[in-house]
Amino acid sequence: MTEVERHGFDVVVVGAGGAGLRAAIEAREQGRRTAIICKSLFGKAHTVMAEGGIAASMGNVNDQDNWQVHFRDTMRGGKFLNHWRMAELHAKEAPERVWELETWGALFDRTKDGRISQRNFGGHEYPRLAHVGDRTGLELIRTLQQKVVSLQQEDFREHGDYEARIKVFQEYTVTRVLKDGDRVSGVFGYQRESGRFFVIEAPAVVLATGGIGKSFKVTSNSWEYTGDGHALALLAGASLINMEFVQFHPTGMVWPPSVKGILVTESVRGDGGVLRNSDGKRFMFDYIPDVFREKYAETEEEGDRWYQDQANNRRPPELLPRDEVARAINSEVKAGRGTPHGGVFLDVSTRLPAEEIRRRLPSMHHQFKELADVDITAEPMEVGPTCHYVMGGVEVDPDTASSCVPGLFAAGEVAGGMHGSNRLGGNSLSDLLVFGRRAGLHAAQYADTAGDDRPVVDQEQIDAAAEEALAPFSADGGENPYGLHQELQQSMNDLVGIIRREGEMEEALQRLATLGERAESAGVEGHRQFNPGWHLALDLRNMLLVSECVARAALERQESRGGHTREDHPAMAAEWRRVLLACSLADKPVPGEGAIVLQRKANPAIREDLLALFGVDELKKYLTEDELPGAEADLPPQRADVDADKKSENGAEH
Amino acid sequence: MSYEATFRVWRGDAEGGELTDFQVEVNDGEVVLDVVHRIQATQAPDLAVRWNCKAGKCGSCSAEINGRPRLMCMTRMSTLPPGETVTITPMRTFPVLRDLVTDVGFNYQKAREIPAFIPPQGVKPGEYRMQQEDVNRSQEFRKCIECFLCQDTCHVVRDHEENKPAFAGPRFLMRMAELDMHPLDAAGDQGLDRKATAQEEHGLGYCNITKCCTEVCPEGIKITDNALIPLKERAVDRKYDPLVWLGSKISRRR
Ligand SMILES: Cc1cc2nc3c(=O)[nH]c(=O)nc-3n(C[C@H](O)[C@H](O)[C@H](O)COP(=O)(O)OP(=O)(O)OC[C@H]3O[C@@H](n4cnc5c(N)ncnc54)[C@H](O)[C@@H]3O)c2cc1C
Ligand code: SF4
Ligand code: SF4
Ligand code: FES
Repeated sequence: MTEVERHGFDVVVVGAGGAGLRAAIEAREQGRRTAIICKSLFGKAHTVMAEGGIAASMGNVNDQDNWQVHFRDTMRGGKFLNHWRMAELHAKEAPERVWELETWGALFDRTKDGRISQRNFGGHEYPRLAHVGDRTGLELIRTLQQKVVSLQQEDFREHGDYEARIKVFQEYTVTRVLKDGDRVSGVFGYQRESGRFFVIEAPAVVLATGGIGKSFKVTSNSWEYTGDGHALALLAGASLINMEFVQFHPTGMVWPPSVKGILVTESVRGDGGVLRNSDGKRFMFDYIPDVFREKYAETEEEGDRWYQDQANNRRPPELLPRDEVARAINSEVKAGRGTPHGGVFLDVSTRLPAEEIRRRLPSMHHQFKELADVDITAEPMEVGPTCHYVMGGVEVDPDTASSCVPGLFAAGEVAGGMHGSNRLGGNSLSDLLVFGRRAGLHAAQYADTAGDDRPVVDQEQIDAAAEEALAPFSADGGENPYGLHQELQQSMNDLVGIIRREGEMEEALQRLATLGERAESAGVEGHRQFNPGWHLALDLRNMLLVSECVARAALERQESRGGHTREDHPAMAAEWRRVLLACSLADKPVPGEGAIVLQRKANPAIREDLLALFGVDELKKYLTEDELPGAEADLPPQRADVDADKKSENGAEH
Repeated sequence: MSYEATFRVWRGDAEGGELTDFQVEVNDGEVVLDVVHRIQATQAPDLAVRWNCKAGKCGSCSAEINGRPRLMCMTRMSTLPPGETVTITPMRTFPVLRDLVTDVGFNYQKAREIPAFIPPQGVKPGEYRMQQEDVNRSQEFRKCIECFLCQDTCHVVRDHEENKPAFAGPRFLMRMAELDMHPLDAAGDQGLDRKATAQEEHGLGYCNITKCCTEVCPEGIKITDNALIPLKERAVDRKYDPLVWLGSKISRRR
């Protein structure tokens, strides 16, 4: 029998980013005893890196804004693949969630009349992003962290114990969700510091573990992004949807190698930065797709005028949607017109006075100076696409955030559906709060209904989980997990990256299968105390499962949409919008065939009153004939001519 | 361009340890953390080190590089003396767990002891109104990434374990200043005087404004000048001048 540290709670939240903390705060405020588990230190979750802002239609800067407009923008951004109900709840509840942060001590940048300032962002029709300079994520994390502390202080006053009702287990990593029959019974994992195992018994588990970027070689994501929650959900019997949709941000740093992938904010382009190839040409003018042709400048002169006069000029093509820009950069580099380090030039130095650059882009100035010895006020940056965000995740009920496994909930980047095929900048932070709160609320209610009939943790599962976790120590002469990880990252980058081809994805699946076999014998040295080699060996299981989902779904979807571009199927197909690809764990995996099975599911039809927010002409671009609203004449005329792409795309960043 | 460097890394645990030498490749443009990662990947897979973002945003990778408290991910190799051995040791003020990883629990404990933000009564969510110039000061302090380098460097606790119970350290004294300067914090209405508390319960008096904390802050926050000194000045006023104290109480009530 395995020795474990044991705890019992009502609700366990795995993850201390924006989604996890908001969920935990809610569960605790519902009176449930709540545990927060995170694999790094408290306050270090990936959310801390978010820069640009949090989207909420508060209408502080432009009072035309409201939830309907936000909903519309979100659906357009996701190319209508989004779960409409999630997009609706998100747009409706985001303002309350942001305002509530102020009551917990958050200090956003202000408007002249003292309200929360809001900035323009790609795909958002009005200035909508609440922000704090370019460190919005830090403000969000710190505010939530400090709210948790204040709840603990409350408990201390009442019970003499800070941790009476909410406790943070930091540097604890979950490797398995435990079950009692069909339902969740708790979680199993190891402590980073000692390497010892722990079990937390609980009827309700909320997954809020973030994304998967560390499966790709070039990424803006942090150490934690190994897809743990995605894999935990699969292993617990839940399904993942939309895994083929991975957002590549067009501008990441490309040099020096050590910083490759670090984000270069979209504000650089919003503030006038231009993209040039090695011939010095502003190549984006060659990449304006037909559907956008009317809305983008044809000449450099017109594009340049737009920065001063947006009413009478069309905006420069550097501000096309992210997927377009990422693909264009990719093509230029492939055609041999890249920079010495395999990117393109992003130049703001010839566009704005040095003083102005330092004022508007302080952190970019600092980042390039410190990390690349580049003074962006005097020379161009080199940039290229970087893996940024996964739209896919656990399939959840929109209202309750529960998965199909009773007691298992998911929120934040680990959940799927909200963003469809492509996420708009700023819509993640708001997603974390809206659905984090919902997950916490419903997990608390669910835990309540369990009453005396609490699930029981099964010792056999604990033993099996312990054996699985210890395997890397007994792998004699096993492979180095670091080497395997690098191979995995290279394969995903090369074969399931921005531009996808059938043959390459098939090859990726084969490589993943062999890597999977090799990973089973990955070996580690040393002992269990804070051993990164061991941790990586365990993370490999998760990255491999998730990568297989991405590759399998990407191979299946024969169209291009948002964060999924097929060279062999370049067009978007309305039929495919009705299809969701759901990944689950194969019952009996065939060796060499992979562990994941794919199922086609119907994408639920959009509610009529929400469809009516769009003009028929626009809907025609996305929906099949028989999905279009029957009586066209019923549509309010002012809606019919809403310009699909009349969005402010300046000052945008993710 | 790449070259071989000598890295001298402290390895061990609470029981003790020693500096271990590694010959390791360094490439153009790399930061110290890259090189530590290379040591991990090729020579010492179990070398313990904390990191997350590798972009200077999370404050995880704090250590002492050639004796100076720094973030490993923001220290470029090219800024260190060429050809010389690079010595990396864990933060000295906190107990070592393993290799470069220390137990920073002290900081989380202190964080808990600072009374939280107190929302103003009767102001509903969405009704908060503050001017930018009034939030600037607190916003500066909220740039803190909690790397705890200032805590590590402050001589009050650096080699004085005995001062730890009574002293919150620059990061958390700054947190008190932040709340004190928050335009809508209602501590005063609840009879909580943050400045006095800083002095009386969190050891502000131990600070003799050496500014070492400010020097190591990777966020460039003027901890001493902008947070600690103003907090001190007013704490001192209040402590020794009952009239100032009374006056401020009255204006707060209004
Ligand atoms: C550089 C950058 C800038 C961005 N800027 C913006 C922006 O301006 N606006 C916006 O809306 N979005 C932005 N995003 C996206 C956004 O930051 C993320 O999508 C979001 O923060 C994810 O939050 P989360 O709560 O889902 O997870 P995270 O914040 O990633 O938290 C995950 C948590 O789960 C824990 N965890 C993971 N696995 C385990 C495990 N096995 N056991 C225990 N704990 C575990 C981790 O320790 C962590 O605490 C940006 C992303 C990047 C990379
Ligand atoms: S200024 Fe004060 S807090 Fe900062 S290092 Fe010196 S003594 Fe410590
Ligand atoms: S104040 Fe500066 S040095 Fe201190 S913890 Fe914060 S960021 Fe680090
Ligand atoms: S790894 Fe985040 S600050 Fe260095």
